Amino acid sequence: MASLEDLLFSKEHEWVRVDGESATIGITDYAQNALGDIVYVELPKVGTTIAQFANVGVIESVKAVSDLFTPISGEVIEVNGALESDPAAVNREPYGTGWLLKLRPTNPDETKSLLSSAEYEKIAAD
Amino acid sequence: MKRTALYDVHVDAGARIVPFGGFEMPVQYSGILKEHDAVRHRAGLFDLSHMGQFWMTGEMVARWADTLTINAVATMKPQQARYNIFCNEGGGAHDDTIFYRLERGWLLVVNAANADKMWRLLNERRPADGVELENRHGSRALIAIQGPQSAAMLQPHVDVDLSALRYYFCAEGRVENVPVVLARTGYTGEDGFELFLDGADAPMVWNALLRAHSDEGLEACGLGARDVLRLEAGMPLYGHELTESITPVQAGLKWALKLEKPEFVGKEALEDQLALDRYSRIVGLVMEGRVPAREGYSVWFDGRIAGSIRSGSIAPSVENKNIATALVAQEASAVGTALEVEVRGTKHAATVVALPFYKRPK
Repeated sequence: MASLEDLLFSKEHEWVRVDGESATIGITDYAQNALGDIVYVELPKVGTTIAQFANVGVIESVKAVSDLFTPISGEVIEVNGALESDPAAVNREPYGTGWLLKLRPTNPDETKSLLSSAEYEKIAAD
Repeated sequence: MKRTALYDVHVDAGARIVPFGGFEMPVQYSGILKEHDAVRHRAGLFDLSHMGQFWMTGEMVARWADTLTINAVATMKPQQARYNIFCNEGGGAHDDTIFYRLERGWLLVVNAANADKMWRLLNERRPADGVELENRHGSRALIAIQGPQSAAMLQPHVDVDLSALRYYFCAEGRVENVPVVLARTGYTGEDGFELFLDGADAPMVWNALLRAHSDEGLEACGLGARDVLRLEAGMPLYGHELTESITPVQAGLKWALKLEKPEFVGKEALEDQLALDRYSRIVGLVMEGRVPAREGYSVWFDGRIAGSIRSGSIAPSVENKNIATALVAQEASAVGTALEVEVRGTKHAATVVALPFYKRPK
């Protein structure tokens, strides 16, 4: 599991870790806890191009369907196929095996509009 | 928004609270799937104090109630409980309820969301003599303990011999030395009990049961787990499988319909519906893939929309498949029929199966 200090956060409770040409995206621990038991994750196809803060899929818990947004724009280069048979990984390890998708970022400047771990913690605590 | 006598207990325990039927109710404690597992394999504790409790006394109660309901009231034995439905003239359901016949009167338990409507209806239809009604909604509490271990866990706390209390019967006694009406009823598909008691006594009884048996796996449960449990057990939820326009016949509740009763509200409409045999009906569906079916999704058969989903959930007790109920046209309702459920613009295969989805092992 990566250190939270390496991650950037959106107000919509997603995180992103940019690693050169690849950016890994997931939802935060706060988000998975608020959703409850996650039973289904619907992710975009590899090759899809996505705008910042666009709706890229859904996360379903036992009780609810929630939209999934991406904190940055880019082209989808990989989705976490293991979630198909084990969506609960998002509950267990939201920053680890429960990651959702990887993008090739199209605009590095976008990360400036995102929050640091400390800034996000303040929002999630409210 | 109203609160039950156990509201503070739920909040102190960290339960997630949502509005339901006019009350602030716990939707989950430790997690819906964990609570579900406790009820299927050990036992779970539920606060159902939001449900309406009406106390009915007088020599006319049974005969009067028989004119308003589809199931028989007057034939109930002392200490018996019976599921019953109040219908409108068109055969749709005002509410589904349980009657409990006690020593000195009748307890009628109605759905929380329908409690005000039912209280009005009962008072409007009440005869001049022979029926007295008392609304105990909110002042009385209802705690359910459900699951295969519920009898063993509850027995040390009550002065009633639970092994002698049959399914859908009730007894008056004491729990933790306070008065209780104890019924072997429930809404989970498991063995279990419902405890009707004074609201002031409810927190003490709740805490005593949890304290004594949490080591054995007794879990406090919310309404989220309850909904999954009842759906797996094929039990209707008012507002979903049964409404003012979905009749008990359509909902597959013919077993509760006593057409030999001379007269009751909705009888003619229900008889006509049965005779014509051309009505849409509630069916059970199992989704083939991993996409959950949700209320309101369209159900397709033979290239056109044949109905819609009424309830849906992942079903841990049905091999973790996604199950649902749907109201579909007759031609799409036979067990084994291949249907499609439209989810966000894409159709997903599903099959009609017999209800219930889950039956407890004997």
